[in-house]
Amino acid sequence: MPTVAVVDHGMGNLDSVRRGLTDAGADVVVTSNGADLDVADRIVLPGVGAFGAAMDRLRGLGLDVALERNVIDAGVPFLGICLGMQLLATTGTEGGRHDGLGWIGGTVVRIEPTAEDPRVPHVGWNEVDPVQEHPLLDGIAAGADCYFVHSYRVACDDPSHVVATTPYAGGVTAIVGRDNIAGVQFHPEKSQRVGAALLRNFLAWQPAVARAGVASPC
Amino acid sequence: MAAGRRPGGGRIAVLKTRVIPTMLYKDFGLVKGTGFDSRRAVGNAVQAVKVYNLRNVDELVFLDVAATQQGREPDFALVDDLADDCHMPLTVGGGVRTVEHVRRLLEVGADKVAIGTAAVESPEVVAEAAARFGSQCVVAVVDVADGRVATRSGAARHDLDPVETATRLAGAGAGEILLQSVERDGTMAGYDVATVAAVSDAVAVPVIASGGAGSFDHMVEALRAGASAVAAGAIFHFTELTPAEARDHIGAAGFPVRR
Repeated sequence: MPTVAVVDHGMGNLDSVRRGLTDAGADVVVTSNGADLDVADRIVLPGVGAFGAAMDRLRGLGLDVALERNVIDAGVPFLGICLGMQLLATTGTEGGRHDGLGWIGGTVVRIEPTAEDPRVPHVGWNEVDPVQEHPLLDGIAAGADCYFVHSYRVACDDPSHVVATTPYAGGVTAIVGRDNIAGVQFHPEKSQRVGAALLRNFLAWQPAVARAGVASPC
Repeated sequence: MAAGRRPGGGRIAVLKTRVIPTMLYKDFGLVKGTGFDSRRAVGNAVQAVKVYNLRNVDELVFLDVAATQQGREPDFALVDDLADDCHMPLTVGGGVRTVEHVRRLLEVGADKVAIGTAAVESPEVVAEAAARFGSQCVVAVVDVADGRVATRSGAARHDLDPVETATRLAGAGAGEILLQSVERDGTMAGYDVATVAAVSDAVAVPVIASGGAGSFDHMVEALRAGASAVAAGAIFHFTELTPAEARDHIGAAGFPVRR
């Protein structure tokens, strides 16, 4: 059973993420201690709230360094959820400019309402349309509905990092990915069968660069 | 406010119209009443969540309707139990007066927190919660009675216009408006369509219409008036009708729904 560290930076619905991963077959440790990341097979960064405050908390707890050490240097498979995906970007623009983790080049910008989609936040079930293949989407139909609740979106610098999009207000990046790093804007832990399938896929994912000794599921 | 999801607009939008069962809770059981009063027990809350979970409901709203009246805090342990079985989005309200209440509800598993009485009486809690946790998880409840704003489960009436109040709360940072009709609650006589239309036109955040649903056509009326989602209690508790059938019906009326 893979050990998954769920990073607790004091913001967000960690219980649902813990339950979703447990149901998917993980041994979950919810932690704000960077040392716990060093022994995890996989790392999940959830979160709701403001970009700058979340980065401040990660830095204050030394978690930015622990994440870098494990995800970038050691290649541990990583999943960011909602704000946890947005924190991968270079820059956040919520309440001023803030540096993110910078693993996925890009900027987090507020969703601008359009005549067709006049309401922000983007709340509800919407289609996830893949633009490239990715192990997270194994067995999941193109256009499957997942649950979104957010006011900001990630604008990627490099189109090859966009794994899936969602057609709202001119387009929202739904999944980002590169190497052992993935992020989802929607909430797999709240997206019923489709979300459960995605979490199982994350536990089974064996990216090429993963550090030696990463346990396979089951 | 243009409504991109009205039928006949020439566009097939994909953000799905949500049908949201509302669970009202009072003193250790689910209740359903009329006019926000004289509530009858309709079962165990945890069991109800399990049933809705099996039925792939779009989202759930859980309101502890007695908390504010009784001067209680939200029942964090209960919400923790409910969320354990809730693999769908869960909005929790009732007795939420402080940002710390919001934080603790999110911590035990709420995805969004509904703030009613406190939002109207001290809107700064909405602004503070939105600044800290983001607008997307702050739902402002606007209860309407006799065309004016009510709080404390309908017991307190304010000389406030619902449209102005909703606009003010959205401006303060609420990411959704849960618009409830006190008189129509539990009557199954139809939503307060005029107020739904007025509020939906005035604000740029999603509006959830609540109070009065007695048929799927009532839901269609509220959606045509501009609501982004429809909440309902009695229709699901006291009839054989299910949220899935509601989705089928409003889908047939031209609104995008989850299949």
